[in-house]
Amino acid sequence: MHPPSDTPSSTDLAGAIERALTACAHLPGALLPILHAIQRELGWVPTEVVPPVADALNLSRAEVAGVISFYHDFRSAPPGRCVVKLCRAEACQAMGADALAAHLRATLGVDFHETRSDGAVTLEPVYCLGNCACAPACTIDGRLHGRLDAARLDRLLAVPATKVEPTA
Amino acid sequence: MSATVYVPRDASARSVGADDVAEALAAHAAARGVELRIVRNGSRGMLWLEPLIEVATDAGRIAYGPVGVDDVPSLFAAGFLAGGDHPLRHGATESIPYFAKQQRLTFARVGLIDPVSLADYEAHGGLRGLRAALALEPAQIVEAILASGLRGRGGAAFPTGIKWKTVLDTAADQKYVVCNADEGDSGTFSDRMVMEGDPLVLVEGMIIAGLATGATQGYIYLRSEYPDAAVALDQAIAAARAAGVLGPDVLGSGRRFELEVRIGAGSYVCGEETALLESLEGKRGIVRYRPPVPAVAGLFGKPTALNNVVTLASVPIILDRGAAYYRDFGAGRSRGTLAFQLAGNIARGGLVELAFGVTLRELLYEYGGGSASGRPIRAVQVGGPLGAFVPASDFDLPLDYEAFVAKGAIVGHGGIVVFDDTVDMAKMARYALEFCAIESCGKCTPCRIGSTRGVEVIDRLLAGDRPRLQLAVLRDLCDTMEHASLCALGGMTPYPVRSALEHFPADFGITAAAHGGH
Repeated sequence: MHPPSDTPSSTDLAGAIERALTACAHLPGALLPILHAIQRELGWVPTEVVPPVADALNLSRAEVAGVISFYHDFRSAPPGRCVVKLCRAEACQAMGADALAAHLRATLGVDFHETRSDGAVTLEPVYCLGNCACAPACTIDGRLHGRLDAARLDRLLAVPATKVEPTA
Repeated sequence: MSATVYVPRDASARSVGADDVAEALAAHAAARGVELRIVRNGSRGMLWLEPLIEVATDAGRIAYGPVGVDDVPSLFAAGFLAGGDHPLRHGATESIPYFAKQQRLTFARVGLIDPVSLADYEAHGGLRGLRAALALEPAQIVEAILASGLRGRGGAAFPTGIKWKTVLDTAADQKYVVCNADEGDSGTFSDRMVMEGDPLVLVEGMIIAGLATGATQGYIYLRSEYPDAAVALDQAIAAARAAGVLGPDVLGSGRRFELEVRIGAGSYVCGEETALLESLEGKRGIVRYRPPVPAVAGLFGKPTALNNVVTLASVPIILDRGAAYYRDFGAGRSRGTLAFQLAGNIARGGLVELAFGVTLRELLYEYGGGSASGRPIRAVQVGGPLGAFVPASDFDLPLDYEAFVAKGAIVGHGGIVVFDDTVDMAKMARYALEFCAIESCGKCTPCRIGSTRGVEVIDRLLAGDRPRLQLAVLRDLCDTMEHASLCALGGMTPYPVRSALEHFPADFGITAAAHGGH
């Protein structure tokens, strides 16, 4: 599923909320499952979901907004067409993740927590993907990759080879 | 001819191409008219060899790895389906020294079986612990766990039997079993490997916990970074439910136990047990004051047995083989085995289950084969982001909860992250504080403010700005965070910071001159 890059239409939004509430509202502690369901469908959690979800769960809007903002996973803006999450934690650092981070920033033209202006890609940090014996690791659109180096990352992202700079 | 090949479905194996290999094997077999059965097993834990494929032969399972798609034609040409010779051949899987020397209790089936086949599970000893537990009174199950010496494998090492006894002894109309599967520590993946490689053992352990404590509902709080584990758990739970292992009448006993997986949302602090409970209740993952402990008032205010994945997965074998069998492994007050995880800059990274008491040196060099880079190992971080950095001079320390605590370190969840001599320990100390600042739930001031101030102080120290003063402030901050934080996030972030300072002062630019003036 490719998340839409624009604000969903009010019909899409209302539908997503209704489907999430139907599937999850009966669960004890339903808020996280509901927000996950909405984000699965829309790619992010627009602020417009707050009032109807709060009403359905008999919570205050502040409680729902507070939960959305607390968790790193819930996006308050639409992601790019491709989402890259690079592990920044210790085991990946020990295998050169910091250099990969610099490489990604340069080749993708975007910093962490940002979506490129053309909407092509979002770059996010993640702290451990549980792939610590095959470090460094990342996910691209949710798919896990290990034993990364710059060349493998470029292939995975289908980044066109850049011109070789003459050495100074 | 027909043959059986095992290709792991483990997330690490898939991250380095296992799916493509499985596809290529199937295509080549079809082209050659070979009837090939591909079993997607868990990983054997020799992760540096992934994708490690195994062929079932009369001489047992023969291992080849790491296999890439390009190796598939030559494997067929070499007759690998009959165990033929090939540069990637390692012989019988269970004779590979890394594997053969392990003491696989909790991980006995991981990599061996089809993880979501209840028949395969039972054929390899599954459900025997549950059947034994169904013949016991709850107090007798608790007694067996107490006698086994099992302590919480999530890191805190609290005796599991005491926790369960508290839940059992607390009267309530509803009790819960909650599995903490929010394995957020870098360098750890043993929970993931159980859930992907033998999820039914976790299901069985949770049912036994329910029988022991009187809980009828279980939740597995699984981190969102583990989607493969979610799939395997859902398949395992469905299989268990279909066979009457889970549900209103557990194996025809008249006892009830239901189980559901809940997915976290990327918060590290939700691995802390009370923040986890808040999150399960649908709230921000904010740490609770204790007491009351969760065993008395946990999920939705009800008595809750809250245990880590590996703890619960260790329960079935204790009920099956007896408390004494499990207790006879180990050292000192650390009984049984721990699944150590070798990660980071290590030549042979993977999972090594051994009795407590093994030394770091044995793990790093005999099993791990030294660093991946070939450079000297300078430090290892044991027990995740909140664990101390251990210098090479302490590599003979036995891995035993108390021996590590005596050194100001922790064994934790058994994750070992290896750094070679290019590591900048000041940067690692700064990272520890930065990570704490990112993940702090914000409830207590020492953690919320102290972590950010700590990053600033280290930056000033590294800039050479009045180093003696910065050091004093940093040490003071560490004391405040350790003693005044509500939970281990703020309370133990000082461990990596202090150990880096103590063992690697030069990395901070600390010299005699710096100590002398500011």
